[in-house]
Amino acid sequence: MEKQRIRLTVNGEERECLAPVHHTLLEVLREDLGLMGTKHGCELGECGTCTVLVDGKPILSCLTLPIECEGREVRTVEGLAGAELDPLQRAFAELGAAQCGYCTPGFLLTAESLLEQNATPSRQQIAEALAGNLCRCTGYLKIFEAVELASARMRGEDPPSPVDTPVEVIRG
Amino acid sequence: MAEAPRTDLDVIGKSLLKVDAAAKVAGQTVFADDLVLPRMLFAKLLRSPHPHACIQRVDVSKAAALPGVHATLVGAELPIPFGILPVSQDEHALCIDKVRFVGDPVAAVAAADEETAEAACRLIEVEYAVLTPSMSIDEALANEGARIHDYGPRGNVHKEVSYDFGDVELGFAEADHIREDTFFFEGNTHLPMEQHAAVAACGPDGKLTLWSSTQTPHYVHRALAKVLELPPSQIRVIACPNGGGFGGKSDPFSHELVVSRLSQKTGRPVKITLTREEVFYCHRGRHPVKMWVRTGLKRDGTITAMHFRTALDGGAYGSYGVASLYYTGALQTVTYRIARYKFEGVRVFTNKPPCGPKRGHGTPQPRYALECHIDKFCADLGLDPGEWRLRNALKPYSVAANHMYVRTIGLEKCLETVMERSAFRAKRGRLGPGHGIGIAASSYLTGAGLPIYWNAMPQSGVQLKVDRGGGVTVFCGSTDIGQGSDSVLAYVVAEELGIRVEDIRVVTADTDLTPVDLGSYSSRVTLMTGNAAIQASRKLRALILGAAAKKLDAPVARLRAAGCRIWDTAEPAKAMTFTEAAVLAESEHGTLGAVGSYKPPKAVARWKGSGVGPTPTYSYSASVVELSVDRETGIVRVDKVWIAHDVGKALNPMLVLGQIEGSVYMGLGEALMEEQVFRKGLHKIPSMLDYKSPTTLEMPPVESIMIETLDPEGPYGAKECGQGPLLPVIPAVANAVHDALGIRIDETPITPEKIVAALEGRYRAPQMPRFRYPETVKVEPLDPASLPAPAAQEVTR
Repeated sequence: MEKQRIRLTVNGEERECLAPVHHTLLEVLREDLGLMGTKHGCELGECGTCTVLVDGKPILSCLTLPIECEGREVRTVEGLAGAELDPLQRAFAELGAAQCGYCTPGFLLTAESLLEQNATPSRQQIAEALAGNLCRCTGYLKIFEAVELASARMRGEDPPSPVDTPVEVIRG
Repeated sequence: MAEAPRTDLDVIGKSLLKVDAAAKVAGQTVFADDLVLPRMLFAKLLRSPHPHACIQRVDVSKAAALPGVHATLVGAELPIPFGILPVSQDEHALCIDKVRFVGDPVAAVAAADEETAEAACRLIEVEYAVLTPSMSIDEALANEGARIHDYGPRGNVHKEVSYDFGDVELGFAEADHIREDTFFFEGNTHLPMEQHAAVAACGPDGKLTLWSSTQTPHYVHRALAKVLELPPSQIRVIACPNGGGFGGKSDPFSHELVVSRLSQKTGRPVKITLTREEVFYCHRGRHPVKMWVRTGLKRDGTITAMHFRTALDGGAYGSYGVASLYYTGALQTVTYRIARYKFEGVRVFTNKPPCGPKRGHGTPQPRYALECHIDKFCADLGLDPGEWRLRNALKPYSVAANHMYVRTIGLEKCLETVMERSAFRAKRGRLGPGHGIGIAASSYLTGAGLPIYWNAMPQSGVQLKVDRGGGVTVFCGSTDIGQGSDSVLAYVVAEELGIRVEDIRVVTADTDLTPVDLGSYSSRVTLMTGNAAIQASRKLRALILGAAAKKLDAPVARLRAAGCRIWDTAEPAKAMTFTEAAVLAESEHGTLGAVGSYKPPKAVARWKGSGVGPTPTYSYSASVVELSVDRETGIVRVDKVWIAHDVGKALNPMLVLGQIEGSVYMGLGEALMEEQVFRKGLHKIPSMLDYKSPTTLEMPPVESIMIETLDPEGPYGAKECGQGPLLPVIPAVANAVHDALGIRIDETPITPEKIVAALEGRYRAPQMPRFRYPETVKVEPLDPASLPAPAAQEVTR
């Protein structure tokens, strides 16, 4: 199998590997660079699960060749958190927006890109931005709420944490 | 539970983070395909291109000779059949004589990489003698001679049942009005985001470890032992966190057996990850079901008799199908009062991917039919469908017509709540053309009363270990598929021991390390593992509090444990930390540990077949759906969903809401777009693009309300919430479409094409297959003396 040298900047680090010429960015990230946070749901560009950011824009890593990304900035879910979770990750955790967690990295990166462009997205704008990402667990609602919560915090607002917010229950 | 109830709860009832939340949002949860072992090989399966054929020859010699190939495998090497149910051991790791659907696995290869394994599969020569395929219930019944399996009563009938409870003919004779309807529920699939994956590693000592995306590691353990002919002690199954299950990872699968055998053959770890197309072939999803229901009613709407018939398209193998069949008749009776009930059902084999359990297992189809049928007979009698449901709701501690024993019921409260919140009474029939509102209600199990294979052992076990630093480890066989079962274990133990959730480590789903829990299916996990964890925790607490009581010189009954501290409630200055108390207890008793287990109460029902339906307690749901329909295009836009769910007790309200919202979403998909359809023997749409599922843009606002009935069987009163809330959504959509347009689409999904056809008078209603059901078993009435005394005392904690 013919292999080529690939040089990528991933999460701010210079990385280099040898990979078969036809391998996708998804395969190189997972198999050659050990970045298992990027998941796959179809490998046909249908589900958004493998979304990563290239120069800040969400792309489907299963449809991208790594050579196209040379000289550009690739960001995966591993690049979101430092010592602490970033605001989107924190909001997803607090709201239970990650149930099985498999689609979560793709949603986080798509939402990250949205919030970089639009600090005050409406519910409709959030839904439109995330329309290419499928989730089978949540019904998307907790994901919408998490993006809203994170955007409020990123604007410097201090909404109460969902953990401390009482939820209505009715005695039957 | 014997211990005096406590009214103050520190952990339970709070919207705490899941124990695995941080790992999940950081992308660090290790799913099966994320595992990489040294010297690992990759496997691929060669699958049948024919829906029905005899295998005449399989030749793997060219594949075996391909450089990079380490082993091949054919069906004859693993001749022992398996299947999830003891009565349907009809699958093989790889087909031996016959293939039964496009996608049935025939041979396998292990190679240095996936591409080599794929290339090797293309070199395998298989000669087939093509047989007549049966692609529908009607075809399968007509093709009696082209049997798909050589078991079952005859032809392609897998299983047929007929039971009469209380003589329905008498009930129909008493009726003022009789109505009959026929419905069809199309099959659909789970579509978990994670494709199934498995890694097997056979060590030099011959011991085998399998990591798999499975909801049921215990059953996979049993199947591996059987098919590989290895003692179970030589096999360890670890269920990785599942990237979504919904029932689709509940069967032991061909690929799990194949990588295990390939690892034995090569002495190296072997991984397989299914492609998305293969996930469609694994399936085990919603059965397509044709249904006919006949109901006799008094003028006031009292049901005098109900006769329900189902015909299930089972696909190529048994899977959970016998249980699915019974489920299509089991739970119609536990929502509304039905004086007499008759159920007839049949499951047929067809040459399609096997059907099995999907969220709601066998009950969404009849629930859809029943709730649409109710709206229709209410219209006949001039009754309001919301009021009818309220008036006829079953009362707590009832025994249903088919002997199912019901404990607490929040059904009326669910109905009242959604009607009030949605202004259902004011809106129904008054939203104007193209706009409609519909209602439906439902019930579901909180765990099946009986295990899949008969045994008298507990269905769930928990073991606790205390570290000298005060940390507690919980061991349990349960499998987290995203619903939060690991977190529930931690919450319960933290609550009982008075420590923080952060001080607990949870070890689950590992047949070497954890006591058996049967798996994540039938909405059993929170109730069963929760009760087992309470039992184990209380044993441990008794040791720790006993040691603390001696030291503090205070009676145990006066001690309170919370916030990692233990103190005398009469003299709060007398206190110590949990860790100090644990050290005292270990000093006194030796190594600290405790076990707990749970087994459901004995069912009231005793008739043959009544193993399906009983549960420790039923959950209840009601939903109202408001929607708009474009008359030109037939496109339905759901404007809002209201749903109330009797969850018994919300152990973590945020997680319960997540389950309710996810159920609503999946119900909407099934109601409006999801369908698994076939053309000329082929799956028409084995991809996520063509298999339509709701995106963010189709998801309406949902108002979810939790109803708490504090069931005495549930931990702290809890019932299930992961499956039940799906059930009312589908018929509520159908009833709303009728309210909007005045038309009935008596099948799912309710697609734009069908709506336009109905508006133009071209819609053809579904019909039952021509089938003679077996002779009816008349079930003897229950002896009133055998009924349990209503367990009227309420759980107060």
